[in-house]
Amino acid sequence: MTTPDVRIDEANANGNKPLLEIRDLAITFKTGGGEVQAVRNAHLTIMPGETVAIVGESGSGKSTTALAAIGLLPNNGRVSGGQILLDGEDIAHASEQRMIELRGNTIGMVPQDPMSNLNPVWKIGYQVRETLRANGRPSGPEDIAKVLSEAGLPDAKRRANQYPHEFSGGMRQRALIAIGLSCQPRLLIADEPTSALDVTVQRQILDHLDTMTTELGTSVLLITHDLGLAAERADKVVVMYQGRVVEAGPSLELLRNPQHPYTRRLVESAPSLASRRIQAAKEQGVDTTDLLAPAAEAAAADNVLQIQDLRKVYKLRQGLGKATDFAAVDGVSFDVRRGTTTAIVGESGSGKSTVAKMVLQLEKPTEGRILFDGVDTSLLKAQDLFKFRRRVQPIFQDPYGSLDPMYNIYRTIEEPLRVHRIGDSASRQKKVRELLDQVALPQSAMQRYPNELSGGQRQRVAIARALALDPEVIICDEAVSALDVLVQAQVLNLLAELQSNLGLTYLFITHDLAVVRQIADHVCVMEKGRLVETGTTDEVFESPQQEYTKALLNAIPGAKLMLPPEVA
Amino acid sequence: MVRFILRRLLQVIPVFIGTTLLVYYMVFALPGDPIAALFGDRQPPQAVIDTLRSQYHLDEPFWVQYGLFLKNLFTFNLGNDFTGQPIAASLARVFPVTAMLAIEALAIQAIFGVAFGVFAGLRRGGWFDSTVLVASLVVIAVPTFVLGFVFQLVFGVQLGWAKPTVGANADWGSLLLPAVVLGLVSFAYVLRLTRASVSENMNADYVRTATAKGLSRPRVVLAHILRNSLIPVVTYLGANLGGLMGGAIVTEGIFNVPGVGNKLYQAVLRSEGPTIVSIVSVLVLVFVVSNLLVDLLYAWLDPRIRYDQ
Repeated sequence: MTTPDVRIDEANANGNKPLLEIRDLAITFKTGGGEVQAVRNAHLTIMPGETVAIVGESGSGKSTTALAAIGLLPNNGRVSGGQILLDGEDIAHASEQRMIELRGNTIGMVPQDPMSNLNPVWKIGYQVRETLRANGRPSGPEDIAKVLSEAGLPDAKRRANQYPHEFSGGMRQRALIAIGLSCQPRLLIADEPTSALDVTVQRQILDHLDTMTTELGTSVLLITHDLGLAAERADKVVVMYQGRVVEAGPSLELLRNPQHPYTRRLVESAPSLASRRIQAAKEQGVDTTDLLAPAAEAAAADNVLQIQDLRKVYKLRQGLGKATDFAAVDGVSFDVRRGTTTAIVGESGSGKSTVAKMVLQLEKPTEGRILFDGVDTSLLKAQDLFKFRRRVQPIFQDPYGSLDPMYNIYRTIEEPLRVHRIGDSASRQKKVRELLDQVALPQSAMQRYPNELSGGQRQRVAIARALALDPEVIICDEAVSALDVLVQAQVLNLLAELQSNLGLTYLFITHDLAVVRQIADHVCVMEKGRLVETGTTDEVFESPQQEYTKALLNAIPGAKLMLPPEVA
Repeated sequence: MVRFILRRLLQVIPVFIGTTLLVYYMVFALPGDPIAALFGDRQPPQAVIDTLRSQYHLDEPFWVQYGLFLKNLFTFNLGNDFTGQPIAASLARVFPVTAMLAIEALAIQAIFGVAFGVFAGLRRGGWFDSTVLVASLVVIAVPTFVLGFVFQLVFGVQLGWAKPTVGANADWGSLLLPAVVLGLVSFAYVLRLTRASVSENMNADYVRTATAKGLSRPRVVLAHILRNSLIPVVTYLGANLGGLMGGAIVTEGIFNVPGVGNKLYQAVLRSEGPTIVSIVSVLVLVFVVSNLLVDLLYAWLDPRIRYDQ
């Protein structure tokens, strides 16, 4: 394979010539079952200085397309057709040597997961330095500090001497942005650069990335599953579905007037746009019961859970046997009414999951009381606790980790029934079948194992398992955050439906305010262990009282675009 | 860090007392009379037997014997073995030989095992990988004594590349052949461990990021794949050093190496409690120190590991 020797002079490349043009791109993966086409007929054009977003769910081929542009397809993948033109030079089949020249210098990358993309054994400064050095740029301590501080890392000189594990997720992502932009590339590929971060941090990082790329005149290829984020940040949006580009166009136009059925579904279910949907529906007097189902009956209902002055203090060891107290949860009180959904929102470290654990009796509160049906749960004896667990069930975040891989689906769902000695094996089997119906899974799923199911299906299994004992309260700890938008919407609808059919009470722990808007009746906002704001969902969303709540609301991608001006 | 090292060294005391006590008791409980064994088929006069018994404190109860051993140890006087030679002197003769053999074997394992493992891991499923995998399986499957005799015959006798036996004056050159035999089996394990570790790390996100930064392939391999892959290998090598220092009875026997393995074997045959326990005491120290070194190497290889908390 030879490299075509057509290199356009860099000075001419500005003007109206595209910086990157992807034509008819096809990418094939070799798998155990033969060749699989992951991308076909993909088209994409990025002009100098422009930001283009590729949107799609996982498996849509968006990341694969971007990786092909920087020559980083996995070993079993190859470009099987079409062209990737960078300044007119086809780099789809360029030599490894040529790609090494281009990477860093001309094409930079900011990867998805800040936790796994920095080498844990090297200092941050070292990882910046080797980038500068490999691309023939000055790499003294001053240069390293400059690169890091430009990416918004305070105290860059000292930070350069630290290891990745001494950084928070947001700081690591800043370091990765610093590395990606350190050699001032003309094209930056940002693959879900903030999806692993809290919303407020996400916003800061994206703002910073915007500023930097605007200053440097860098073109950005942004990969995201979040349509709201894409619309807010990009000039143009390309929607990919099952390896094809199904729609492309200027962001707002595409959002307001989606043509392809898939884009329409995406716009409808994107959680960040849901706020507008409810708003609009209300104005038109449309019934929104499917989303806010039990709100009406709720008013008359009693409090099934009462949390009073809850406090949880952990001892932090500080060497030499000294320990300081750290209040993960600090004086939190709220009530949960029967048959309603209460959401606890906050960033990581705000103590929201600790509250959930204490309600589930998985952690003991340091102070305060949790009343369940008027009974103080701390006074429950072993046997009463066993009964309590029957009435309060959890659904956890990670549907991959929370199901035992060695149990088939039948055994997973049946286990709580068996543990609580409910019915005989025939009636238990009948119950499992009913549960599968309730969560819209086929009966044939019973004999399958978790690894044979998709993420959404697994979460349905987790829901069926939680429902097996006919609980009254379900605690959902980030129950939908690991799922794709469309699947997320399905699961949320399922939860809403189950609630209205079975009269369930949900305590919903999440960092995602957009999800809250879709499902909750009441919201508790937590910050650093304290409850800073509570109210009905409408109150909190329409007139947030606290700065922190406002910041959280503002940070929802696409919020500015979608909400009426007085709210945003 | 200093606190950690001190704490680890303090742990030597209970480990030391425990192991020596156990070994001493096992030797004490061995069937047969060591004094009678000294004379073979002849029957010495009872007076001679009694003198020898009291000279070596064999007529004392177990706790007294063990106490005397500890007392001797801490006064650096290990006493004499049953042939009348000072034990300290014979230890000073055998340990350097075994140390040389162990270091040579360890170097062969580490250098070739890691190098071959990296190449095999980078091109998993390639011809080099397949060849090396099959070859290493053969090496693991063939018993050491077969390998030893074959190497001795082929390289020592027929080709004449090395001395077939080592004999009294062991040096680096003459120990090479037994070191290769000794190192080969663990070499196969080091290779497989490195290969697995490398091919796993190759797909790590940070390796892709390193490539995306524009680094050359050798740099990516050396700085980002190799160092991260060495952690399990170092553990294995460290544990192995202790084993190698314990002497390889079979290999030392085939190549007539005057090392710890030979000495220990003979001492066990003669039920020479003091010699056996002296050797074991040194080995305990070697094990503790080499484990400590592995832990320190860990912290150097992986900065996330900190021992001060």
